[in-house]
Amino acid sequence: MSFDDWLLFVHVAAAFAFIGAITVFTILVLAARRTDRPVEALTLFRIGDPANILVQGGSVLALVMGVWIAIRRPEYRPWDGWIIGAYVLWLVAGAFGAMTGKAYNLIREEARMLVESGRLEPNTDLAAKLRESRPLLLHAITVVAALALLLDMIFKPGA
Amino acid sequence: MIAALRPNAWDLPLFVHVLGAMTLVGTLIAALTAQALASGAQAPVAMLRRFTFRTLLLGTVPAYLVMRVAAQWILSKEHDLNSKIDDQTWVGIGFMVTDIGVLLLVATCIVAWRAAKKAPEGGNGLARATTILTGILLVVYLVAMWAMTAKPGA
Repeated sequence: MSFDDWLLFVHVAAAFAFIGAITVFTILVLAARRTDRPVEALTLFRIGDPANILVQGGSVLALVMGVWIAIRRPEYRPWDGWIIGAYVLWLVAGAFGAMTGKAYNLIREEARMLVESGRLEPNTDLAAKLRESRPLLLHAITVVAALALLLDMIFKPGA
Repeated sequence: MIAALRPNAWDLPLFVHVLGAMTLVGTLIAALTAQALASGAQAPVAMLRRFTFRTLLLGTVPAYLVMRVAAQWILSKEHDLNSKIDDQTWVGIGFMVTDIGVLLLVATCIVAWRAAKKAPEGGNGLARATTILTGILLVVYLVAMWAMTAKPGA
């Protein structure tokens, strides 16, 4: 295996971590909409903790490795149109992902306070927050941006 | 920059294949994390085991099918350029891993279903088996990802 092969492997592995983590968040967003118990909601949020590390590490590593590959390979340049498109989509996915995380962290905090105060019965206020459309919309935009990024990486428009 | 230098006609099957594989890995991470949490003290065991089973059945299995069908789709296109593509080491690794993987996946789903049925009091051994099998599946698919990217023997 050449050094370039290793770079590509790490780039793809990081992309797997990034999209894999977004898949985890999608499962959790859907599962949380069917939950009204604080303990169950809090547990679902905890399932997302390793994915939080993967999404951050994966996105940064995929970007760094991608730029490195673009510099090393003669057929690509870091300022090619499809690569600039990837930077933009990466920023959009990152920004909306961060906003989604912030919105769900507020709900997680509420679930944590309910559990700590011993109010373990189904809670309509918590259930309503878990079913709010704004965090779902933010997550949907993150998913679309991540899918567009993957499409851009594979189809390489203009390359 | 995934898989440079290939005909444009391969782009769509490759996209579907990679997306299926990424979703597969994501669902396995979710299932594995839920299983790990279920072994903790005061965890809602029944809910976590149900979550694991549903994630495997409704997430991992469809993702596997999408990944595997798209792999065959790309392979049929590669045959047009290279009739001996099946002899390549990395293709062999891909076939071996996915064929063993599907058996493991079916076994994991059955064990996870039984563990969910017996929760919360029983099924601890089944739950442990689910965790181990899910972990093995994740490692197996990471090996496949390495083979597909590095293409050893190509």
